Amino acid sequence: MELLLDSLFNGVAIGSVLLVAALGLAIVFGLMGVINLAHGELMMLGAYTTYVTQLIFKLPILKPFYNSYIIVSIFLAFIVSGVVGILLEKTIIRKLYGSPLETLLATWGVSLILQQFVRSVPLAYGTGLVISLIIGLFLPTTFPSKIKESINFKYFKFSSWILAALTGVLTGSVISSSVSKLSRASARNVDVTAPSWMRGQIEIIGTAFPKTRLMIIVITLISVIAITLFLNQSAWGMRIRAVTQNRQMSDCLGISTEKVDIITFGIGSGLAGVAGVAVSLLGSVGPNVGGNYIVGCFMVVVLGGVGNLLGTVLASFGIGIMTDLIGAGRLLSIWPDMPLPLSNTINFFATTSMARVMIFALIVIFLQFKPTGLFPQKGRMVEN
Amino acid sequence: MSLSKIKFDKKIVLSFWIILIALIIAAPTLLPVFRLNLLGRYLSLSIVALGVDLIWGYTGLLSLGQGIFFALGGYCAAMYLQITSSSEFPNNIPEFFALYGVEKLPFFWEPFKSPVFTFFAIWIIPALVAGLIGFLVFRNRIKGVYFSILTQASLLVFFNFFNGQQKLINGTNGLKTDVTQLFGQMVGSESMQRIFFWITATLVIAAWFFAKWVVKGRFGNILIGIRDDEPRVRFTGYNPVIFKTIIFSIAGGLAGISGALYTVQSGIVSPQFMTVPFSIEMVIWVAVGGRGTLLGAILGAVFINYAKSLVSEALPASWMFIQGGLFILVVTALPEGVLGWIQGDGPRNLLQRFGLKRKIETYPSLEINNKEQK
Repeated sequence: MELLLDSLFNGVAIGSVLLVAALGLAIVFGLMGVINLAHGELMMLGAYTTYVTQLIFKLPILKPFYNSYIIVSIFLAFIVSGVVGILLEKTIIRKLYGSPLETLLATWGVSLILQQFVRSVPLAYGTGLVISLIIGLFLPTTFPSKIKESINFKYFKFSSWILAALTGVLTGSVISSSVSKLSRASARNVDVTAPSWMRGQIEIIGTAFPKTRLMIIVITLISVIAITLFLNQSAWGMRIRAVTQNRQMSDCLGISTEKVDIITFGIGSGLAGVAGVAVSLLGSVGPNVGGNYIVGCFMVVVLGGVGNLLGTVLASFGIGIMTDLIGAGRLLSIWPDMPLPLSNTINFFATTSMARVMIFALIVIFLQFKPTGLFPQKGRMVEN
Repeated sequence: MSLSKIKFDKKIVLSFWIILIALIIAAPTLLPVFRLNLLGRYLSLSIVALGVDLIWGYTGLLSLGQGIFFALGGYCAAMYLQITSSSEFPNNIPEFFALYGVEKLPFFWEPFKSPVFTFFAIWIIPALVAGLIGFLVFRNRIKGVYFSILTQASLLVFFNFFNGQQKLINGTNGLKTDVTQLFGQMVGSESMQRIFFWITATLVIAAWFFAKWVVKGRFGNILIGIRDDEPRVRFTGYNPVIFKTIIFSIAGGLAGISGALYTVQSGIVSPQFMTVPFSIEMVIWVAVGGRGTLLGAILGAVFINYAKSLVSEALPASWMFIQGGLFILVVTALPEGVLGWIQGDGPRNLLQRFGLKRKIETYPSLEINNKEQK
């Protein structure tokens, strides 16, 4: 019993990291048909946001609130990755709708640039740049409609970008002068230390659960609930679902598909940022941190079926539990005296990397029977 | 008139080939050893690029897992070389086995004692693996991005397997070939490298002609048909699965040959050949050169890699920026690739923009109609 609980918990913990990482990908891929290979790098940005927030909260002014930095960083990570995602959509992905293979290549290019950006630009100035992006993109939308419709709107827009740039440079230099760790570029991995209330373990029914893992499960749970509510209850969620089902028809009925695309992509990228916070709690953060997760995320999306959140949830927990079962050789401890050839096979796969081999092989076998995943989209098109 | 339609004079074609062959023969004397070795490596990479062009440019299958077949070819070659030069080591097995306490040669190494088997294994094994993976995927009509993701996942499967198995194939350290012997000569020696360069150059030309032959005629037409409208090909009575499997295993075989040539020239084969970025790079060589133009794949592979080594020598950090920018630029601005752009309307449009060439008269009613719609 205890063993089973332990195994289940480990599986759920692995699965929830996968889920929070794959959630944004599933939305973007399912709703827009866009393969975003830069998703892992958006996660990395979220993880670096956590690191930067942590260092800023160590400043004397914010020191009393240090324990709550992780909560703040979840929101900040959502905003940072979301804004970078929106910028990506506005500049590159918009041109490539309808050609998923091209998006795949272009977003891979973006991911290379983002990785190198983190390596060669001091984080303080990176923060400044992100802040100016946020202001530049959002300030014009808050203008009263009188200005928006006037013929001089482009001047207002231009001046708000200048203001944004100035603010960005200012914050960048303030941060770099006050936090010395952020003022130099480095390719080395950094570590996020959890606040004191998140260290240690909680004991439930005789088994000890690390608090960080529980925190990740909570983050995942909240993200899933929030995104389900948003998609099913809000007006924009309804518009998003409508565009997913039939883009042309929704366009004809007056839904601004352009706005829907931006919002969907922004939310998907923002969720990647939240996943980055979760990832930063698990290990050190480096420019390549996203690459470790991206293929797993895609497997979740493929296995779960496109455009179905329930499928994504089931697939990620399934993969998580299987990873733990195979990778830790749990079957052997449940059934110690199994025949030798079988136990040898299990021992052979009982490492993290070999478990991955096994899982991917199982997924490929599974797809032989259900080629479109657990919950396929129904339709009568030849192409689907 | 586009370039592809220009009929070259036979004399020009002949003299082009004579110059090319003369350059290949003279290259070892013209270039320093280091540069010659690099050129040989990049030429061998252009064979795998040809394969990518066949499956992506002509058939529309974007594989992100060509590294599997590339590495398999490399491993086949390296295993043969390791075995033949292991006579002075304990138990007559390659040196690294002693590190992990292995005393008996693993069973799958045995056939690699024979040079004939190795010669065929280098391209048949990758082709068979590709055929199997391809058949399993295509049979279920998995295509488009799903195919790309699955090939990437299989790439990771192979990477993790080769990376983790120290006792079977030396794991993450890979197999070294530069200190092994082939026909009594050191593989890493200058004279051997020169021979490898000539072999590579010949094989690139052979592979080019082979690929041209593949895409010619009905077979090639069906491939293009699959790329442009697969359901229609199916409805016409063809089974796309067979054609896709065949072309995918051809590409796998080409990747295997390429990997073997690359391995003997770079001196080592390791699981690094199966990393995700490397396989995506192969696609970008083709995308930049021009997909659907076989020559573009070769030129793309050679020039991008040369540019990579030159840029990395001068400014190590900037290559990632340049490469990423290249991806985005090619996809958004030059979807046909450089060669496709030259062969198409690209140069004329550019000259037009600067007013150097007269605009082509288009049907005037088109513009009027456009205005009315607005």
